[in-house]
Amino acid sequence: MNMLKTALAALCMALAPAAAQAQQPATAPAAAAPAAEAGTAAENAATPAAADNAATPAANAEAAKPAFPEAKPVDGIGQPVNGAIGLQPQVTKLGGEAHWMHDYILMPIMTIISLFVLLLMLWVVARYRAKANPVPSKTTHNTFIEVIWTLVPVLILVGIAIPSISLLARQYKPAPKDAVTLKAIGNQWYWGYEYPDHGIELTANMLPEDEAKKRGEPGLLAVDNRVILPVGVPIKVLVTANDVIHSWAVPAFWIKMDAVPGRTNEVTFTIDKPGVYYGQCSELCGARHAYMPIAVEAVSPEQFAAWVKTKGGKMPAEKAAEEAAAAAAEAANAANAANAAAASNAAEAPAANAANATNAAAAATGS
Amino acid sequence: MTDIAATPAEFHDAHAHDHHHDADHKPGFFARWFMSTNHKDIGTLYLIFAIIAGIIGGGISGLMRLELAEPGVQYLQAWAATLEGPGATADQANHLWNVLITAHGLIMVFFMVMPAMIGGFGNWFVPIMIGAPDMAFPRMNNISFWLIVPAFLLLLGSTFVSGGTGLGAGTGWTVYAPLSTSGSAGPAVDMAILSLHLAGASSILGAINFITTIFNMRAPGMTLHKMPLFVWSVLVTAFLLLLALPVLAAAITMLLTDRNFGTTFFDAAGGGDPLLYQHLFWFFGHPEVYIMILPGFGIVSQIVATFSKKPVFGYLGMAYAMVAIGVVGFVVWAHHMFTVGLTVNMKMYFTAATMVIAVPTGIKIFSWIATMWGGSLSFKTPMVWSLGFIFMFTVGGVTGVLLANGGIDNYMHDTYYVVAHFHYVLSLGAVFSLFAGFYYWFAKMSGKNYNEFLGQLHFWLFFIGVNILFFPMHFLGLQGMPRRYPDYPAAYEYWNHIASTYGYTLMLAGMVVFFVNVIISLAAGKKAAGNPWGEGATTLEWTLSSPPPYHQFETLPKVD
Repeated sequence: MNMLKTALAALCMALAPAAAQAQQPATAPAAAAPAAEAGTAAENAATPAAADNAATPAANAEAAKPAFPEAKPVDGIGQPVNGAIGLQPQVTKLGGEAHWMHDYILMPIMTIISLFVLLLMLWVVARYRAKANPVPSKTTHNTFIEVIWTLVPVLILVGIAIPSISLLARQYKPAPKDAVTLKAIGNQWYWGYEYPDHGIELTANMLPEDEAKKRGEPGLLAVDNRVILPVGVPIKVLVTANDVIHSWAVPAFWIKMDAVPGRTNEVTFTIDKPGVYYGQCSELCGARHAYMPIAVEAVSPEQFAAWVKTKGGKMPAEKAAEEAAAAAAEAANAANAANAAAASNAAEAPAANAANATNAAAAATGS
Repeated sequence: MTDIAATPAEFHDAHAHDHHHDADHKPGFFARWFMSTNHKDIGTLYLIFAIIAGIIGGGISGLMRLELAEPGVQYLQAWAATLEGPGATADQANHLWNVLITAHGLIMVFFMVMPAMIGGFGNWFVPIMIGAPDMAFPRMNNISFWLIVPAFLLLLGSTFVSGGTGLGAGTGWTVYAPLSTSGSAGPAVDMAILSLHLAGASSILGAINFITTIFNMRAPGMTLHKMPLFVWSVLVTAFLLLLALPVLAAAITMLLTDRNFGTTFFDAAGGGDPLLYQHLFWFFGHPEVYIMILPGFGIVSQIVATFSKKPVFGYLGMAYAMVAIGVVGFVVWAHHMFTVGLTVNMKMYFTAATMVIAVPTGIKIFSWIATMWGGSLSFKTPMVWSLGFIFMFTVGGVTGVLLANGGIDNYMHDTYYVVAHFHYVLSLGAVFSLFAGFYYWFAKMSGKNYNEFLGQLHFWLFFIGVNILFFPMHFLGLQGMPRRYPDYPAAYEYWNHIASTYGYTLMLAGMVVFFVNVIISLAAGKKAAGNPWGEGATTLEWTLSSPPPYHQFETLPKVD
């Protein structure tokens, strides 16, 4: 009886996450919409031609500072749900693919195999109990059936291995050159973050339970400084640690990467939907292992640029544009604003290249 | 006490009539139990030891489930105050949690499952099943046991000395560097490491003993391909122990020198690598999980054949499936390290290699079912435990195939999904086979029959209990709940609460029934026949009296 329940629960496990995923697109973007508008306004103000941009970044940053409200998390997205039995909804393409593979390849195979074994056992128990079958047979070999129950599992495993290996290959595709780089550094017991291309550093400590509640966030998951990342842009996270091994994990991205002291691991993903996504340290790191959560807020690229300004950082394109403008001034080539803007576009690519080369060197030991 | 090998004439004499006089001459209490060279007495000592360790390890899991029943930290602070004094800090309370998970893991692996499976049942029945009078090296057998006692005391003692943040070693059973080196000041981790050294030495000596015994002391006619599958399983296990444990010994020795003598094997700042420790640990650790389950496979094979009144189906396939599991088990270790930053090729290889293990495991599951197919089944307690084992191990096995996928494992790694998986193969696999074996051989070992009703009641309470306890952990893992957390966000409460309250309580009730059964059966059980199971029980232990004479097979049996 309990076996049956177990099996039924397993079946539910296979079906429920699909339903949960179906509900998700409606809610998430709506919550972030007002914030996005504010961000776009700030961004418009912050991206004039390179020539006068060089003169006014401080003023812009000053103006944008209060205009960055933190988004509220949405129930059931980027955080666990009480009593739920499936995977968290995925907001990255690769996460969605892995989720699909879990729900539609692995779960059905697991459920069918378990039920098959259970049914065989129930049949054997009913049919061959001593009362029903007082004289046992003497069969001890059957080469044909032994070959079958060796080959069929092999074929099933090959069927699992092919999509599995190809998923791995996609997960390891290196980040493109325009990826936004984030460095996550595990410490006992908080996460430090750096945006090496933007010149931003921040530290994320867990919020006390009552403070989290006040901000409408889940306890033990909320932090004081969220990681802000743009949606639709490849993100490259470099993960390392200062003291012991930690692990940077965000279930909604299907990402978990150990932070090993003396080593930089690299992982790439693209967030599809704005929202707040929580994770928790996933490698035993001492007393407060349970109290160093990860909170990522995904925003539009415009909002991201605005946030970078509020933090006193610069977008890589801006930096490049400044350099280009300086070069232009040096050459005493009195150009108009349109020309300067064109130069800034051209300069963008090499600057990004240089940034990536630095990262690649740092990540030499990574995947 | 005669040295049989030295006087070969002895065991060809037909002296069955004075058998009783010779075979039952037992030394006095102290010499018998503290200087024992008798494989059955040593087996009994191992079983008693494993039961005591199991009570402690299971009690610790009770503390953990109590704390996890609700979000927030309810009890740890008070327990820490008991241990550390009234001024215990919150960090010390949380450190105590890590001490509990570490102790639970180490105790259950090294001091409960292994001593019971190999030391207990292996010692008791391997010599008898191959028709040998004792183990090859009886004194080495004795030292194997007496090494594990101080090992256990060292581990328990480590709880009362400093482990850095608080008292005790809080590194997890994996003892990962650098948390176990620079991350844990104080002697607690050193004591835990020494404990593992002693337990490892004990197991290596035991493994040498089993291999020698099985290769050299089989009765005339007992060829390798006629050995009962339990003996095969212990043989494969002994080889795994012999090859894997020295690697653990090396790894934890390097931990010791990193901790105490300034070496930097696992410290990147000194040119070492924390991941080297993980590779070494799991090179041991993965074979270790087969060390824990293979003897269980052997026990279940014996029981299924006995209660089906039918020989094991596909005997050679069953034996070589275990050999295959043992061999492949050595080349899959890095699936425990899928998130450490392996290269894509490593991850692909370890994904594929790990899945291969499902094939011989599948052969075993189907062969057990085929053994029952056409049989005449009786559902005595050992058989229901074995049936429970087969299905629960299947469930643990299929989640293992899921976790084998490197690209999927990113999500489940270090979550409760993994906890659920390995408790299905260990707590519902290895432990079920232990109970199956205990009931199967209880009459043989004690000379008394156990109470059948209490045995069945124990099974059903335990079976339902552990399923309620561990199945919801799959859901927690799928929702992302990390392992080794004393406290969790409110959204994980529902399933944790169910696991703690209903699951653990039913399991505990089952264990109470077990101990009641053992006590009343030993005190007032009916005297057991030499073979209580009838025609299905064909191995040599059932040709002897219950309990067997103090020295069996002074005249070697002939096997056709």
